Amino acid sequence: MLYLFLFLTLIMLISAIAVIFIKNLISAVIVTTVVSLVASILFIFIAAPDVAITEASIGAALTLVIFIIAISRTKEDDES
Amino acid sequence: MRKFFSLLLLLGFVFYISSIIGTILFHEDFFHAHNVGLQITENAVKQTGSINTITSVVVLYRGFDTLGEVTVLFLAALGISLLFASGKKEKNKIEDESFILKYGSRLLYPFIILFGIYIIVHGHLSPGGGFPGGVIIATGFFIILITSDFIKFNDKLLSVIEGFAGLSFIIFGLIGLFGQDNSFLANFLSTGVPGKIISAGIIPFVYAIIGIKVASELSGAIGTFTLVKQEGSKNE
Repeated sequence: MLYLFLFLTLIMLISAIAVIFIKNLISAVIVTTVVSLVASILFIFIAAPDVAITEASIGAALTLVIFIIAISRTKEDDES
Repeated sequence: MRKFFSLLLLLGFVFYISSIIGTILFHEDFFHAHNVGLQITENAVKQTGSINTITSVVVLYRGFDTLGEVTVLFLAALGISLLFASGKKEKNKIEDESFILKYGSRLLYPFIILFGIYIIVHGHLSPGGGFPGGVIIATGFFIILITSDFIKFNDKLLSVIEGFAGLSFIIFGLIGLFGQDNSFLANFLSTGVPGKIISAGIIPFVYAIIGIKVASELSGAIGTFTLVKQEGSKNE
């Protein structure tokens, strides 16, 4: 069980650090949602399913949607 | 003169904060305050009839706090629509959608919305509730809004639904003032048998209202964002 926790925390840490170095913005946003998803799995393990559902729906889904809309709106200015 | 007034304001603020902290610290019940959580976890099912203790805390014990949270969300959605909304009616559809994306999303979105409704309705029995369920419904509407055009984004209808939900939340709270407990958002219905869908008094109704409000607000916000995107690409 401890090794599972360590593995999940390692995934979170690696993806959180990887966000800084990824050049493609859409990929960076998707890797950010990986952090939220792994955090929601950890919330289930510490017996907080309400927080886990909220984290998965808001932290992963809604943040992804809003970031992708924002990136697609600012894309034309970036390229010029 | 302006500095004097700001100093006066600061002094009043410091007095306010220090009086609050002083009352909390030197009150005789301060050292028993940690028992509140224990008492809630022991008595919540008996008092409210809700299996999920977190829901009973969110809706009943801290119901006023939830009203403030809903108000913050309303103000955020209002700010988004004030900043981004335009009078023009435009379609919010991505242009180069593929066949699989178009019909796959049409197939998928009723199930996403059904799952959101399930999470809202079972808020007092299982994990979840109004806020996550509303977000899931808004995500389902987002998928169908950007991929196909058989649902038109109707800003006015959404704002009418949202205002109706907010008003009925406050009316539910005000009815509690005239009940037995004489307090805002008191549980004036019978708690029923814990574990049934219609149980726990006003909790399912209040959570359904919160779910409708959150879903309509977030759908309106997302729809407004995508509307502006379509218009901006036309101006190029």
